[in-house]
Amino acid sequence: MTTERPKILTDKTHIPGIETFDVYRKNGGYSAVEKALKTMTPDEVVEEVKKSGVRGRGGAGFPMGMKWSFLAKPEGVPRYLVCNGDESEPGTFKDHWLMKTIPHLLIEGMIVSSYALGANTSYIYVRGELMYVVRILEKAIAEAKAAGFLGKNILGSGYDLELYVQPGGGAYICGEETALLESLEGKRGNPRNKPPFPAVKGLYQCPTVVNNVESIATTSWIVNNGGDAYAAIGIGRSTGTKLISASGHLKKPGVYEIPLGLPVQEFIYSDEWCGGIRDGHHLKAVVAGGSSVPILPAAMLLKTANGEDRLMSYESLSDGGFATGTMMGSGGFIAMDETACVVKNTWNFSRFYHHESCGQCSPCREGTGWMEKVLHRIEHGHGSMHDIDLLVDVAKKIEGNTICPLGDAAAWPVASAIRHFRDEFEWHITHPQEATRPGAIFKGHMELV
Amino acid sequence: MKVTIDNITIEVEPGTTILQAARKIGPEVAPPAMCYYEPLKASGGKCRACLVKVTAGSEKDPRPMPKLVPSCITQVQDGMIVENTVNEQVLETRKGIVEFLLLNHPLDCPICDQAGECHLQDFSFQHGVQQTRYEEERRTFEKQDLGPNIQLHMTRCILCYRCVFTADQITGKRVHGVLNRGDHAEISTYIEKAIDNDFSGNVIDVCPVGALTDKTYRFKNRVWFTKPVDAHCDCEKCSGKVTLWYRGDEVIRVTARKNQWGEVLEFICNTCRFERKNTSDWTIEGPTKVARHSVISANKYGANKIVPEFARRLAASQYKDVHEGRDTSQLNIKQLPEERFKQLIPPAGESAVAGIRSIQNWAEDK
Amino acid sequence: MIETSDKPRIEFTPERLERAKEILTHYPEGRQKSALLPLLHLLQEQEGWTPTEGMDYIAEFLGIQPIEVYEVATFYTMYHLEPVGKHVIEYCRTGPCMIMGGEEVYAHLKQKIGAQDGETSADQLFTIKPVECLAACGWGPCFQIREKYYTHLTIEKVDEIIDELRK
Ligand SMILES: Cc1cc2nc3c(=O)[nH]c(=O)nc-3n(C[C@H](O)[C@H](O)[C@H](O)COP(=O)(O)O)c2cc1C
Ligand code: SF4
Ligand code: SF4
Ligand code: SF4
Ligand code: FES
Ligand code: FES
Repeated sequence: MTTERPKILTDKTHIPGIETFDVYRKNGGYSAVEKALKTMTPDEVVEEVKKSGVRGRGGAGFPMGMKWSFLAKPEGVPRYLVCNGDESEPGTFKDHWLMKTIPHLLIEGMIVSSYALGANTSYIYVRGELMYVVRILEKAIAEAKAAGFLGKNILGSGYDLELYVQPGGGAYICGEETALLESLEGKRGNPRNKPPFPAVKGLYQCPTVVNNVESIATTSWIVNNGGDAYAAIGIGRSTGTKLISASGHLKKPGVYEIPLGLPVQEFIYSDEWCGGIRDGHHLKAVVAGGSSVPILPAAMLLKTANGEDRLMSYESLSDGGFATGTMMGSGGFIAMDETACVVKNTWNFSRFYHHESCGQCSPCREGTGWMEKVLHRIEHGHGSMHDIDLLVDVAKKIEGNTICPLGDAAAWPVASAIRHFRDEFEWHITHPQEATRPGAIFKGHMELV
Repeated sequence: MKVTIDNITIEVEPGTTILQAARKIGPEVAPPAMCYYEPLKASGGKCRACLVKVTAGSEKDPRPMPKLVPSCITQVQDGMIVENTVNEQVLETRKGIVEFLLLNHPLDCPICDQAGECHLQDFSFQHGVQQTRYEEERRTFEKQDLGPNIQLHMTRCILCYRCVFTADQITGKRVHGVLNRGDHAEISTYIEKAIDNDFSGNVIDVCPVGALTDKTYRFKNRVWFTKPVDAHCDCEKCSGKVTLWYRGDEVIRVTARKNQWGEVLEFICNTCRFERKNTSDWTIEGPTKVARHSVISANKYGANKIVPEFARRLAASQYKDVHEGRDTSQLNIKQLPEERFKQLIPPAGESAVAGIRSIQNWAEDK
Repeated sequence: MIETSDKPRIEFTPERLERAKEILTHYPEGRQKSALLPLLHLLQEQEGWTPTEGMDYIAEFLGIQPIEVYEVATFYTMYHLEPVGKHVIEYCRTGPCMIMGGEEVYAHLKQKIGAQDGETSADQLFTIKPVECLAACGWGPCFQIREKYYTHLTIEKVDEIIDELRK
């Protein structure tokens, strides 16, 4: 079954040369800027975004229009829009793909969004490793500026906007919005305590909106087609489409734009999307929304606790809470077949968070390292049974007690792996020799699909 | 504005934080603070020792706050209800924070100059768990000299950032800072460089632990064997208001004066701190009231409390021959006979402080 | 801690100085410190790594204390604080790349260039550094050499890339 799939972000990405201004423009690009600046007030743009129901695509899923309406507007104080292109969550590579493939889509979105928010200087913060993407964006910005879509008095509307790209320096934590702002101010990426929120005191202590690349890129379509048309796509409060970064043991890993509400089963197995698990293997577990979200065993991912088909939507993925559900997160869909070792993967993620903790607050600074070391021990055959409970307890002591959500993000993968794959952890402890053999596969009572 | 903390209601100014309000009520309900330091702007929010439960956000919106909040940086709202010592979750979380802070901590109180006036000791006494569950290797760093008078034991640092704020806000040009990140983060100058500024010595006083210490005082004595006296002088650079720490007739240390919460309100210059070590340099005001923090004034740690392993080790440590190369002849005390030593170490389940107090009594007898 | 040295002063080349000045215009008056990360990249592009003398120069350029530069340079992972080989191979060691067979590929890579994590090969050509997720997970295993991404790595592909770079 292949129905006509709505394409909001990827309708033009197949066109050769789409990264250039001319090709993008010839294919209808920058029409949203024309429409917004010539026929709409900023508040009308905000209104359309609100109506669309689009939710932040950076991970938290906070309604974008609502976030925009919280922006403080004191007299005489500049406001900023900062685009979060730090994309470093393991399993997520959609923003990277979008920015390098169709840079003008983001720039167009930045212009209409900045206009809506009344920002005259905006920044796109891109992780430093993607320096080649920084250069692509800078070139695209220069083209757009030359064509009069940026700079002073854009299209004669009286609206001015300067847009800059800022590279990071290599730090996952700078994806957290307040750490990003600190980094943009030329400091260490230490997240700030909140409140105050960026909407009140953000960049340079001025009101600021931080949005994900994908979130901002959708705004052009919303301006062109209206918020209601966007809201008509998707399911329930999960409106529109979402870019999913699919990786792991899939036949066709890659970036896909899916209508929210697509059954998970279809996403994995249909040839239209991932094409199923690589030949001769079976699905064991999935991390459905980037490394931070709880890992689920295959069967639990495909069906909710009530036996319904699980859908790719914010609500359905989190159905069952942490007991049997997970989260949409940033849409980093990591599939693992039976050859993947959950203990090893949990240790690997744990090392990631340990490596990326900024070190400001004690639970995360100390707890992430502790969890990593204990997991390393178990993975290498030196664990003991009480280590498992210790991990659960340490995760619990970190969760909710830190300055920023990195603490939670470090705790959840550990807690969920133990919740759902405890037998595999125990096997590592009781059968260290077997478990540490290269290529060892746990053949416990895991349900493969 | 009205705020209720542990069932005690108090009226405070708008803008007051929960911690400040609690301190106004008194030490019984004041949450511990390892990073917050009222005189330093931007301090607080990092250590998470002061987390409390807000069971009602305000009169207008009486919903509870979903997570524990850092009391040092959370402002009270009218009608807010806060639970600190009466809340199980808070106490349990705090145990976790102690454990985290001690995870990579050397526990070398026996050779640490801060012992006896260390906020981390106090914190673990009051809130700690019985025993560490940490079996991994601890992180270590080399000792560093930050100029001729200040020594940095990075291993003991809890990354409260107080010394960084102090250098920024009091000394102008900062030459030390926080390098690296995560649990590799460290206080350092990066390149070899002396902290050279008239007010640099204040970083010693703000440091809650024995990470930054006064080299002119190192190993001179245990703080509980010294006699603190308030004094002042006519100083052209600072207020000249200090505390002198005496051993016999000798001034062995000069510090700024600390309030009941261990905070310095008037910072002093390096001349007062490092160079004026004669009684004749000073006008004596009288004995210093010993701050609530110090282990010496430990009467608040009541008996019958389960004493953390850490505290027992501390009590034991008071009589270890503390440091190779350390000049023990300078100490007021001699090695205790073995049986006396054992007697002083309280068995688990009893107050370590009882032990310390009997040690003190014994020392005073001598 | 780094010993103080009397190494010669480092400055931007005229062309990079122009770029540095242009970068400063991105930020409002009084917020020049914002240029710190881009300027450190510029320095590393010029020197191949991030020497202390260069950081001191940037501090002077921005009118900030050197420690503010050191604090930042040591926080982020991209700045090489010690000399490195001509090609710095930063390979992704994170979950998705690992389950796609990264370990095997990287082991081969290390063997081929004769250097372990954090080391530089004897011929000073390659430095190898493990890094965390490079946002290319679906195209893994992958590594990055300076600005260039190499994806879908296999043992054969690694051989080709290294042989090419050795020429
Ligand atoms: C540790 C951490 C890392 C994050 N990384 C990113 C990221 O790489 N990209 C991103 O857009 N949001 C990231 N976020 C979420 C941002 O803080 C922020 O919520 C988001 O940029 C807001 O944009 P949105 O509302 O459009 O999603 C991260 C959050 C945390 C706590
Ligand atoms: S939770 Fe971790 S990353 Fe976030 S502020 Fe605390 S130490 Fe830093
Ligand atoms: S006295 Fe304090 S700082 Fe010194 S070792 Fe003991 S706990 Fe640590
Ligand atoms: S050295 Fe002391 S004051 Fe400075 S951060 Fe460490 S513990 Fe805090
Ligand atoms: S004192 Fe409040 S977080 Fe440290
Ligand atoms: S895990 Fe290797 S690029 Fe993401």
